[in-house]
Formats: sequence, structure tokens, C-alpha cells
Amino acid sequence: MDFATLFVQQLINGVSLGSIYALIALGYTMIYGIIKLINFAHGDIYMVGAYVGFFAITMMRTSVFPALIISMIITGILGILVERFAYKPLRHAPRLSVLITAIGMSFFLEYGMMYFVSPTPRTFPAAFESSGISLGSFVVNGQQLLIFAITIILMALLTYIVQKTKIGKAMRAVSFDTETAQLMGIDANRVISVTFALGSALAAAAGVLVGIYYNSIDPLMGMMPGIKAFVAAVLGGIGSLPGAMTGGIILGVIEALVSGFISSTFRDAAAFAILILVLLFKPSGLFGTDTQEKV
Amino acid sequence: MGELLQMKKYNSKSAMQKFDFLLLACSVVLFAAIQAGFSMDLIGSFWKLNIILICINIIMSASLNLINGYTGQFSLGHAGFMAVGAYVSVILTTNFGAPLIAGMVLGGACAAFLGCLIGLPTLRLNGDYLAIATLGLGEIIRIVIMNIEYVGGAAGFTGIPHLTTFPWVFVTMIVTLFFIKNFVNSTHGRACIAVRENEIAAAAMGINITRYKVMAFTIGAAFAGIGGALFAHCFYIINPSSFTFMQSFNFLIMVVMGGLGSLTGSIAGAFVVTALSAALASWPEFRMIIYALALIFLMFYRPQGLFGYVELTAYAPFNKLKFLNKEGGQK
Repeated sequence: MDFATLFVQQLINGVSLGSIYALIALGYTMIYGIIKLINFAHGDIYMVGAYVGFFAITMMRTSVFPALIISMIITGILGILVERFAYKPLRHAPRLSVLITAIGMSFFLEYGMMYFVSPTPRTFPAAFESSGISLGSFVVNGQQLLIFAITIILMALLTYIVQKTKIGKAMRAVSFDTETAQLMGIDANRVISVTFALGSALAAAAGVLVGIYYNSIDPLMGMMPGIKAFVAAVLGGIGSLPGAMTGGIILGVIEALVSGFISSTFRDAAAFAILILVLLFKPSGLFGTDTQEKV
Repeated sequence: MGELLQMKKYNSKSAMQKFDFLLLACSVVLFAAIQAGFSMDLIGSFWKLNIILICINIIMSASLNLINGYTGQFSLGHAGFMAVGAYVSVILTTNFGAPLIAGMVLGGACAAFLGCLIGLPTLRLNGDYLAIATLGLGEIIRIVIMNIEYVGGAAGFTGIPHLTTFPWVFVTMIVTLFFIKNFVNSTHGRACIAVRENEIAAAAMGINITRYKVMAFTIGAAFAGIGGALFAHCFYIINPSSFTFMQSFNFLIMVVMGGLGSLTGSIAGAFVVTALSAALASWPEFRMIIYALALIFLMFYRPQGLFGYVELTAYAPFNKLKFLNKEGGQK
């Protein structure tokens, strides 16, 4: 394979991996935007999503799309519960306490899941069969097409919810200024719950898609992608939805190119190097707005 | 706040020195007791290893506390510095036959150098951004080590001499604790606390905030390197997967559980976390669940940790020790 073909092939792989990151990053960025919390448990929500999808396909014998929807609903509810029980009591606590609680919640989900489903990786059933398309000398396989399609649909849906509906307007208001939004009669707790539900549902979709793409899921699968998705959110500008989408895709492409042309062991290092460069030179990210610190 | 009151208590130098002697005497007694336990076979090899690990974790959590608790800079890359110290020291002792102390010194120095190098640009960031940047840097260090064939890559470094003994770790731990305690009570340490309390106010008082942040970060990294050197010589093999961000989380949890800005807290945190995971070793499936729940409930009911910003020595019984206050001039 010559350089150009390999490059395009890695680009396709990168965009599909990046779509997964983008879906997780959307949840991160929404949650960070609204309660200023790096939700370390978000990567594990994605893992739970993958398992719910797995059990829906293997035990309930559903096909991919019902499994995706079941997983999104159940995981969305889980997201609300996590927020209600772990983060809501600490709404006015120092940021560090909430962050530590998030780390605790992350451990709880990982090892709680490990207790129920055993630590051994499971083979995700090949529920989605499609031949894919070959464009000249490179191939877009069926799973990748599915990832692109689902990601685009979900992103469009999310953009519609956030920009056009009443709850979306409330979300933007709470994210802009929680206290003022409450004075305007917005129930901030309800808005925060909805944000967690939406973010978790998107992560669940990413989990099911990853299961289909890589065929393997395990209880600790969420650790790395969780942190990477946060990197993507920072890259795009935390709090910005288009930022999270672009950031995720850029990160996926860079990782695919690094593992294709340098070495796959350096792909995680590349992601973190990008993070540090972004933080040092443009801490507000690609789509973020600069904030001035006031005394 | 507790610390400021505590400072007032010892306004004479000799009272503070006496107190240091008291602490030192206590640690000698503790050392003798544990050593006697080892020689009389009262403590089995499982707990012996865990006591050594507790001492190493105390070094790690006390040094992280200097960065996170006293200076208020949220670092999540402590395992990275530990890895640097561990690898530098094992190269020296295994490949060049150097003694452990040389490995510890050079390992600590390399970690400090790297800490300074990393600290200069990143400490301009604050809060969550610093946390995630240090987490990323810690991971980069680990991945770079994983790709160096000379130190065994992902498979790990084997054939390390078993040099870490209880006296070594105990003495290093005491030196670390005294160093950090005296640093915190020095002019520089006060400056670090001022940076934690309010950066803008500290800068207005003429404190060079970048200098003190980098200073605390470098010292913290140096002790993490020393801790790493001791950790590496406990087992016959080390590999990069011992130094993931999970390990950094672990140290952070020790610090937060014990209490930010409290050395007594770091000791207690390291002890509780290590002893808990050793005690629950027979139920591995529940260990992490209990750990996670303990963490969440601690944040609900005691977010400042066991000893938030207060040393054990600030509590009442210690104030009643007459001979300390006699020359202290404070009645």
C-alpha cells in the first residue's frame, strides 16, 4: 500500500474512532459546562452502556437498533441516579470533594460491574453484518458506516435539543449562570438531571458502537477513553458542543495517524501531548471563549 | 487556620526543638517496637511487606500533600515522578552495582529536575486544567519508559537486587516527614500556604507565586522519586503498569482521606488505605467496592478528611505537655 492510500485508510479509521470520542466528549463538556465537574465516572457510564447493549443483544435477542435505544435509556437513568446520589449532596461543597467523589463513583461502577459480570473480557456478538463499501483501494467497513450514521444522527438530535427546545434553552441558561437562571424560575436541579441523562445516553451509544466495532468489552474499558474524551473536550473548548464534536474527531484522527505511521504504543502519549500543548498555548480550546480572572 | 494557631504556640525556637526531639523519640520507640516484632517473628512476611509499603506510601502522600495540600496546586501526576525515581535507581543498582543510597539520591534528583521542567510551564494553569495536564504528563512519562528497550519496555525491568529493608524505608520516611514539616514552617513554606489561600493576595504581598509553586512541585517530585527508588527495590521486578494514573489517584486518595494540608493526615491516610487494601486482600472482588464507597461517604460526611488542615499535635493533650510551654513564653 502506498503512502496516500495508507493515509486515507488511517483517516477513515481515525474519524470512526474520533466519532466515539466525540460522543463521550459531548457528555463531558455538557456536565463540565453546567456544574464545573470533571466527571471521572463518565468513562464508566460508557462501559455500562456497552454492557447493557451486550445483554440486550445476547439475552433479549434484539437487533442493534433496539439494543442501542434500550442501552441509552437505561444508562441515561443511571446517569440521573449517579448525579442524584453522589453529586447532588455536594452541590455547594468545594470542587475537590466533588472531584474525589467522581473518582470514587468511577471505582464503584468499575468494580461493581466487575463483581456482577466478572473481569474477563466478553465477545460482543457480531450483531451488525454489512459488507461496507470500497472506494477505489480503501475500504469503509459496515461498522464504520454504522458509527458515522449513528454519530451524525445523535449529534443532530442533541444540537436540536440544546438549541431549539425549552429544556435546551434552560440548559444553556444554567450553564451560563446558575444563580441568575434560578432567579428566572428555572429548576436547576431538573436541568442538571436532564444534562446527565443526555450525556450518559450519548456515552451509552458510544459504548454499544465500540462493542460492535472492536467486538470486545470489559469492565475497565472506560478508563482510557474517558480521559481521552476529556482531552477532546478540552481541545475543542470545554463547554462548547461543536468544540467537543470537532475535538473528538481531531483526536481520533491524530491517534490513528500516530499509530499508523509511528507506533501504536505512542498513541496515548500523542493524545496527552496535544492536551498539554492546547492547555499551554490556547487554554480556552478551539471553540472556547477566553475568560478574564477578576479580583 | 489551624496551622496559624499552631505556629503561635511555639514562638520560641527551643520549644519547637524540644517538640522535634519528642517526635523523634517517639519514632525511635516505634521503630524499635516494629523491628523487635520482625526479629521475634511476631509479624509475618505478609505484614512485613505491608509495613514497608505503608512507609513508602507515607513518603508519597506527604510529598503529594506538599503540592496539593500546602501549596494548593492540584497535581495528578505523582506516579510519573515515582516511575522516574524507580527506573533511574534500578539502572544504577542493577546495571552499575551502585548502592541503594546512590540510586535514591540520583533518582530523587532526576525526578526533581523533571518536576521543575514540567512545573515551569504547567503551573501557570489552575484547578482542573492543572489536574488533567499533570495526569497527562504522568502518563507520557510512563509511555516513554514503556518504549525504552534499555529498561525492558512494557515487559518490565527484571533482576533488581532486593535492597529495600525496613530500617532504610523507616529512616527515609522520618527524614521526609521532618523535611516537609520544617519546610512548611519556614518562610518558603509560609509563602506556599499564602499561595494556596489566595494567589492574588499573595502576589500583592510580594510573593513570587510561580517561584513557590515550582519550588513545592520540585520538592514534591524529588521525594516521589525517592519513594519510587525504595518501591522499586522491594520486589525483583518493576514494570510501567505499576505507575499508571490509577496509582496517582491512589496517592491523591490517601492525601484527601487523611486531610489536605496535614502531615498527620497523610500518615493516617497512607496507613488506612494501605492497611485496608491489605486486610481486604482475601476478598479482592469487594476490596475496591468498599474502597469506593468509603471514599464517597467520606466526602459526604467529612470532606476535609480525617485531619483537614490540622495536625494531631494541635489537639488538646499535646498543649498540656508542660515542659513544652514552660520556655515557650505563652501561658
